Amino acid sequence: MTAAQPLPDPLAGPEGTAAALPEAPRREALYFALRNKKLLIGSAIVGSLLLLGILAPFFFQNGPNERIAPPGLEPSAQYWFGTTQFGQDIFVQFAHGVRSTFLVGVLGGGIGAVIGMTVGFVAGYKGGWIDEILNMITNVVLVLPTLAVLLIIAAYLESRGIVMQSLFIGLTTWPWAARAIRSQALSLSSRDYVDLARLSGFRTHKIILRDIAPNMSSYLFMTFILLFGGSVLAAAGLDFVGLGPTDGMSLGLMMHQAVKWGALQLGVWWWFVPPGLGITAIVGSLYIMNVGLDEVFNPKLREM
Amino acid sequence: MRKYFARKIFVYALTFFVAVTINWMIPRFMPGDPVQSRLARASLNNPEASQAMRDYYTSVFGFDLPIWQQYLNFWGALFKGDLGISVWLFPTPVTDVILRAVPFSLGLLLPAILLSWVVGNRFGAYAARSKWLDNTVLPVGYVLTATPYMWLALLLAWGLGIVAGWFPVAGAYSFALRPDFSWMFVSSLVQHWFLPFLSMFLVALGGWAIGMRNMIIYELESEYSNYLQALGAPRRLIRKYAFRNAMLPQITGLAVQLGTVVAGSLLTEIVFSYPGLGFLILQAIQNQDFFLLQGAFLFIVAGVLIANFIIDIVYVLVDPRTRIQLQGGVK
Repeated sequence: MTAAQPLPDPLAGPEGTAAALPEAPRREALYFALRNKKLLIGSAIVGSLLLLGILAPFFFQNGPNERIAPPGLEPSAQYWFGTTQFGQDIFVQFAHGVRSTFLVGVLGGGIGAVIGMTVGFVAGYKGGWIDEILNMITNVVLVLPTLAVLLIIAAYLESRGIVMQSLFIGLTTWPWAARAIRSQALSLSSRDYVDLARLSGFRTHKIILRDIAPNMSSYLFMTFILLFGGSVLAAAGLDFVGLGPTDGMSLGLMMHQAVKWGALQLGVWWWFVPPGLGITAIVGSLYIMNVGLDEVFNPKLREM
Repeated sequence: MRKYFARKIFVYALTFFVAVTINWMIPRFMPGDPVQSRLARASLNNPEASQAMRDYYTSVFGFDLPIWQQYLNFWGALFKGDLGISVWLFPTPVTDVILRAVPFSLGLLLPAILLSWVVGNRFGAYAARSKWLDNTVLPVGYVLTATPYMWLALLLAWGLGIVAGWFPVAGAYSFALRPDFSWMFVSSLVQHWFLPFLSMFLVALGGWAIGMRNMIIYELESEYSNYLQALGAPRRLIRKYAFRNAMLPQITGLAVQLGTVVAGSLLTEIVFSYPGLGFLILQAIQNQDFFLLQGAFLFIVAGVLIANFIIDIVYVLVDPRTRIQLQGGVK
């Protein structure tokens, strides 16, 4: 989780060079996006896995936990990823797992992003004692070890679903985002056009939504991607400990079952390699996509 | 300076307070009745026995007292070091069970964190220098940080442990040995330690390398670098200054990443059945040992807070600017 690594400052670059033509920046970004290898490769991997997760479960009449084949088969033409010791098709499990991984990422990352942005914008724009209090809360949640908190919550939940899991993950992973957004918002809120908006009597939320947020939209998007990756990894950790969804399938749960039923000792590598590879591919491609996006939006980095 | 530390200590104390409160609240305010669910798991048919068990659990949790009294008692017990009795290893107190596991966890965590930080920073700094290295270190670094800790642990255990047979894959020392200071025992300890250490080290490495690379590039674009370059200073000197400046955010990063690395160590220990806190947590979950789970949680939080405080002190010692800045009350 590189979540806490600072994103390069988008405000540091020369401003307003392309602002003379309102159409230009967007077209320019698209131009560079289509020529950025990191962005293209990253989004190709994420996109194809997303398609697999959305579409593949429709093509199987069997659920991920159904025992339909001889146990412990190696990968073959019929069972692409082989079968488990219980005769479950690992490819079916994988497809369902990828689906829930994306769900956790979008929901957990989304909730985290909303909280982080709200706290960050309000703290950065308002300043004063509101900033102090929000900062305090942010710092407290920041030093709490996330997985430990999630473990203790999940252990007491009787039935666990993916949505519930994402909610709790979102509630614990936002602080670094709030911090990063706060410092950006702080520097933006002293700009002239924000002063103008304030003098014109606009409400706070309107100024934040119309004047501050759009000027750092690429930054916000990248924050969301990092939160997405963080949520996926947190969920995988929880599932692996055995506190995953009580019904359904996830990539972490697959690894949990593989370890629990001795896949390591039995040499059933096709049971634990695909789920981890899936997570690494999704999160890694997202991170690399992020670097690509950074190069697209930040002219200073384009030559590299 | 004093104000800076007072502030930090206040945040940590507040965090500990919040953690203890969460710990106290969760069994009480979660949907569902913890006493009932325990009874259901025991699946007793005899109504007398189940009534006795209900009474026992009610008194253990202290549910028969008013809420505020329960809360104060919880803190009181905590200060006496009383975290309850483990169910898994009945009748050992939870504190003892945890204290036995802590050395193993620390023995994994400290070398993994420190070495990955030092090596990662070096790698990142070198990578920022050359295009070729940058193109290899950057993707490898991102893939490593995206790797779930337990997956790399599984791969290493399978590849180097089971297929190649070079390292044992379970426990902290051979089950045939008793702990003592003999050569055999220590070598067994090291052998069992190596794979969990390696997998944690590798996952953590990527993040530091990327962070350092980005910081160095940022520093090389700053005014002082340009100025030095204009003066004709050798590249190595400019690099050196950039590295020293880039160090500071990396120290802060260490504090921020601590929770993630600790979480990673829990997962890694589970893969290798390494008898640290992570393995305890797994046992606690599988045996429905909630006191042990909550005790482990408090220990982890306390450990992370202490480590954060140490990092704060190191930060001030390393950076002379903070001292001056903080005396003026900025930040």
